[in-house]
Amino acid sequence: MKLHEYQSKTIFSKYGIPIPKGRVASTAQEAKQIAEELGGRVVVKSQVLVGGRGKAGGVKLAKDSIEAEQLATQILGMEIKGLPVRKVLVDEASAIDQEIYFAITDDRSAKKPVIIASAAGGIDIEEVAAKTPEKIIKVNIDPLLGMREYIARDVAVAIDLPREYWRDFTKIAMGLYEVYKNTDASLAEINPLVITKDKKLVALDGKMMIDDNALYRHPDLAEMRDTDEDAPSEIEARKYGLSFIKLDGNIGCMVNGAGLAMTSMDVIKLFGGEPANFLDVGGGADSKKVAAAMRIILSDPSVKAVLFNIFGGITRCDEVAKGILVAMDEVKPKVPMVVRLVGTNAEEGRRLLENANMITAETLADAAKKSVEAAKKGN
Amino acid sequence: MSILVDKNTRLIVQGITGNEGLFHTTQMVAYGTHVVGGVTPGKGGEWVLDGKLPVFDSVKMAKEATDANATIIFVPARFAPDAMFEAADAGIPLIICITEGVPVQDMMRVRNYLDQKKVRLIGPNCPGLLTPGEAKIGIIPGNIAIPGNVGVVSRSGTLTYEVLYAMKNLGMGASTCVGIGGDPVNGTNFLDVLEMFEHDPKTEKVIMIGEIGGNEEEKAAAYIASKMTKPVASFIAGQTAPPGKRMGHAGAIIEGGAGTAADKIKALEAAGVKVAKHPEEIPTLLL
Repeated sequence: MKLHEYQSKTIFSKYGIPIPKGRVASTAQEAKQIAEELGGRVVVKSQVLVGGRGKAGGVKLAKDSIEAEQLATQILGMEIKGLPVRKVLVDEASAIDQEIYFAITDDRSAKKPVIIASAAGGIDIEEVAAKTPEKIIKVNIDPLLGMREYIARDVAVAIDLPREYWRDFTKIAMGLYEVYKNTDASLAEINPLVITKDKKLVALDGKMMIDDNALYRHPDLAEMRDTDEDAPSEIEARKYGLSFIKLDGNIGCMVNGAGLAMTSMDVIKLFGGEPANFLDVGGGADSKKVAAAMRIILSDPSVKAVLFNIFGGITRCDEVAKGILVAMDEVKPKVPMVVRLVGTNAEEGRRLLENANMITAETLADAAKKSVEAAKKGN
Repeated sequence: MSILVDKNTRLIVQGITGNEGLFHTTQMVAYGTHVVGGVTPGKGGEWVLDGKLPVFDSVKMAKEATDANATIIFVPARFAPDAMFEAADAGIPLIICITEGVPVQDMMRVRNYLDQKKVRLIGPNCPGLLTPGEAKIGIIPGNIAIPGNVGVVSRSGTLTYEVLYAMKNLGMGASTCVGIGGDPVNGTNFLDVLEMFEHDPKTEKVIMIGEIGGNEEEKAAAYIASKMTKPVASFIAGQTAPPGKRMGHAGAIIEGGAGTAADKIKALEAAGVKVAKHPEEIPTLLL
């Protein structure tokens, strides 16, 4: 789950990381009021969960509250990479001397958290990594030991931070690691961390991603979820504990197991079709869950055929078949459906679906071919 | 002979009185696995499976009473890290964790602690191990595989079943099948299992089933190219996955252009591995 800049910075601030004065606004009127309170120049920043906001014109400098209102009106009407801007952050403007990149994230290869830092901050760090990898410092942290002050000092030295800033930088590093650890973040990023003209370190921008699997112990963070980026069908699927991602094709897929679900999409494509979604009904799915999955798939008007590929292990094929029948009764689908049941209770499952007017298949390749043909006829 | 498990394995089940734990314990015992007991805190002294298996309050007590040398974990995600720490602390050298949904930072702490204790972990979020005809530790349906000389290693669950089933239909059997799990931070990786297969006299060929995300397939390719003498066939799931989206498995995400199926296939093919276009094709590449 991604957090907005304003949410991330509020969390940073709770952990003693200095951030600019400012607040979030949903209307231009509010933006004006915040700008008045702050006085002087302000930055109006769109709050959307995509990168490249600046380049898209979603971050602007205003000389006073009147201009802040005008800019907020403009930005609140924008769409950035398909996402509507619903909020703007109004921050006091900072006079910047230097921009630093500083983040803590998961290093899956090392099985440890990693600090990533660079003196070349403020810009897209992936670009820096691609063009000038020598400018990026990476230091792993032992998760059983946590961040220590000496590690932070080592990083400060490595990015040539002048000695006078070490004390403040160490505080920020310790704070950011606490943020990362206590929120189960998979990314806690400050870009840029700036040195201001009046010689202060300030986190000008912030970005956080939270491990979805850990949200059960962070109800406060779970409430911050912004679902703008998700298709309505994805939000619906989450309610039922289904792993679902909407795609652009026309063959709906319902599969048990994530690896097999991805593979079913691949095989559809291999035989010239386009999957309409990724859907893993999960291990041990009951008929209720299956029915919900089917409703979600069929609510997409671009779906011209549906492929069911179930390899029963914990999941029982007869339970899946029951769910399919319940959903068919409710939704009365008009598109052809291809079904392949193998494994636990497959015989019983097939028998249940005998009169359901579905196309059956023996192998995955066969099932994929048949669904591609069926989708073509339906077009 | 086989890798990781054989008939000398003495297994306990953590979470043995839960729905899943009890169901799969029954299945494992029916398959012939030597299950010696289980653990559920607060239920020590009870017996399950018609009084055949004792339940203990802690792993330490279970180990003292049964001399177990492996454990399988079926507890919910929020209790799984503790279950792994407990097993390692009790001196169990092999832990198989089936549980899905363990937070990544928990897994980092678990993995680093287990490494210090020199404990081997399989999983989490995995289907476990199957040595057809000998033992199954996990949830892989026993009837879809036959004994043979092909070692199978995979990051996925049901996709592995698909491949074992396709092998069986061709009359091809498995020496051992290892599900290493779909999480970004796990215990045993492709490289570890490939090394074991290379040294296992029972294994003559290997099937490796990978998926998008991370770089373990690339590391495996480097090992295959430099050290491996046995033929390897492979399949990579997620060739059509859109970047940045998590495809069910927490580890299956393509970030910043790294971890794509195309890169992995390229690395494997360069190492002389035959890569199948769909899973049912994999066993035919080893004929």
